[in-house]
Amino acid sequence: MSPVELFSLPFMQRALIAALLTGLAAPAIGTFLVQRRLALMGDGIGHVAVTGVALGLLTNTSPVWTAVVVAVLGAVLIEIIRERGQTNGDVALALLFYGGLAGGIFLSGVDGQSAASLNRYLFGSLTTISADDVIVTMVLAIAVVGLCVGLAPQLFAVAQDQEFARVAGLQVRFYNVLVAVLAAVSVTVAMRTVGLLLVSALMVVPVATAQQLTRSFRATIVAAMALGTVASVGGLVVATFASYEVDVAPGPTIVLLALACYVIAWPIGIWSRHRARLREPFAEGQLPGHDACDEHPHTHGPTCGHLAVPHDDHVDYVHDGHRHAVHEGHYDEH
Amino acid sequence: MTENPPEPGVPAVSISNGSVALGGRPVLRGIDLEVGSGDFVALMGANGSGKSTLVRSLVGLRPLVAGEVRLFGTPLDEYDEWCRIGFVPQRATAAAGVPASVWEVVAAGRLTRRRLLRPLSRADRAAITDALEVVGLEHRRRDAVSNLSGGQQQRVLIARALAGEPELFFLDEPTAGVDLPNQQVLADTLRKLKDRGATIVLVAHELGPLAGLVDRAVVMRDGRIVYDGAPLQDHEVHQPWLGEPHSHHHHHPDRPGRGDHVPVVASPIDRPERR
Repeated sequence: MSPVELFSLPFMQRALIAALLTGLAAPAIGTFLVQRRLALMGDGIGHVAVTGVALGLLTNTSPVWTAVVVAVLGAVLIEIIRERGQTNGDVALALLFYGGLAGGIFLSGVDGQSAASLNRYLFGSLTTISADDVIVTMVLAIAVVGLCVGLAPQLFAVAQDQEFARVAGLQVRFYNVLVAVLAAVSVTVAMRTVGLLLVSALMVVPVATAQQLTRSFRATIVAAMALGTVASVGGLVVATFASYEVDVAPGPTIVLLALACYVIAWPIGIWSRHRARLREPFAEGQLPGHDACDEHPHTHGPTCGHLAVPHDDHVDYVHDGHRHAVHEGHYDEH
Repeated sequence: MTENPPEPGVPAVSISNGSVALGGRPVLRGIDLEVGSGDFVALMGANGSGKSTLVRSLVGLRPLVAGEVRLFGTPLDEYDEWCRIGFVPQRATAAAGVPASVWEVVAAGRLTRRRLLRPLSRADRAAITDALEVVGLEHRRRDAVSNLSGGQQQRVLIARALAGEPELFFLDEPTAGVDLPNQQVLADTLRKLKDRGATIVLVAHELGPLAGLVDRAVVMRDGRIVYDGAPLQDHEVHQPWLGEPHSHHHHHPDRPGRGDHVPVVASPIDRPERR
């Protein structure tokens, strides 16, 4: 089967739509989680959602909706523990994570039949998505992206500084719970794509990649959503082509592709921050007196290759531990 | 700052017989304080004396166990004109887990006057630019806030409070850990606010360059007000007649004064008992 034929199949098109929307929604809410230093919250909700999926399989109801309900409950519980606890209550969160995962696997064992189906949710199964699933995914993903973008100023202020936000008259608790609920919804949106065990990767890795290169929140969230979409759709396409030869699951491919973007961006980020530090202007003022440097055969200029750093109203050229500033035909030590 | 002219005679902020308990143990007791419109009041005292707790209870971050706080004559519980209040919390940094530009942090202060799901208006943008100019950071608006020095970040937090064009400012230790040149810029900024007619309540361990601006000093010790009157020199705050042993050489800015009001008896998932 040629690639064109393959991508014109309905199940592939459903998979592409789901991948695209997941790639947009997960990093959008993930940015706010990372901003609040809750990068692992998505992981925790993912574990709790396992119980929801198992419950749906056990009771023969839609696993997506039971997962949404249980994940939202779990997210709100995590938020309550976080609000009450000190140092992010990470021990209490861990208790909840393990409870969720163990509960899900226990329930699927009770059912006896559903262990294989549970696997589809744990590791993702883009190509078995039904038309109904796609519609649910679309509605939820669009709601997540819409709220994240529409309420971005409020969510940003609350995540940046809760006390200031409260004194500014914002309903801090409402926004905290909203972030938790949106995170839970995006977990269930992403579970068919990358699976519950890898869901957090799509919420966090694109954000971590984006912030290597950005200086503002807006640029970070936009870049993270773009990177998430590229990784998500790209991972699906790569997995599809690879499956001509070997059995490759889309979920892990998507996550590995997102991580590959990070591996590329990281050294660039280190290099650009290093460069920015070197080019930061020197502190104002200089020592009293005048300290001309010794014989200096080299002529400094914009093209001489030495690092040029602004200092007061002139430029210091940096080389070999010296800061040389032009002064009446010679160089001063600054 | 003129659309809500202060009612004559009504104090900008007042607390009567206020008491605050942390973890069930009374910290502030019997606090009476009125700050008139246009006043510049410095709340002073040693670490753990309760000055930060007092400011936090004035803005509603700490519930009172007794007494009443009024903002512009309205009881705190019913107060909703938060655009008239500018709060500069005590923070070591303005940065969070994701990069944010100086402009974005300052723009967050404008939320007191913005409605949901509306883009920034021309007036919003003008107020944000004005706030950045007042603190002298207009040229760094695009820089990540985490790349700024501690003193510059403090100025960003003040600009954020300014962006909402409030008339009553609460500043919690804005000079803690800030170098002298930046303290001077802070003092210049606060002078501009004072000249515009703003009411300012400032928590400070030491006034430094701010000393010339203060109209009135309130000294706290062990959760009670021990002095309320003309401005004091920094060293006078710690005079024995104010009942305070000289302590400012033992200032630890990285561990801002947890007194032993609340003994540390806790497990990791208890509700934190903070100052």
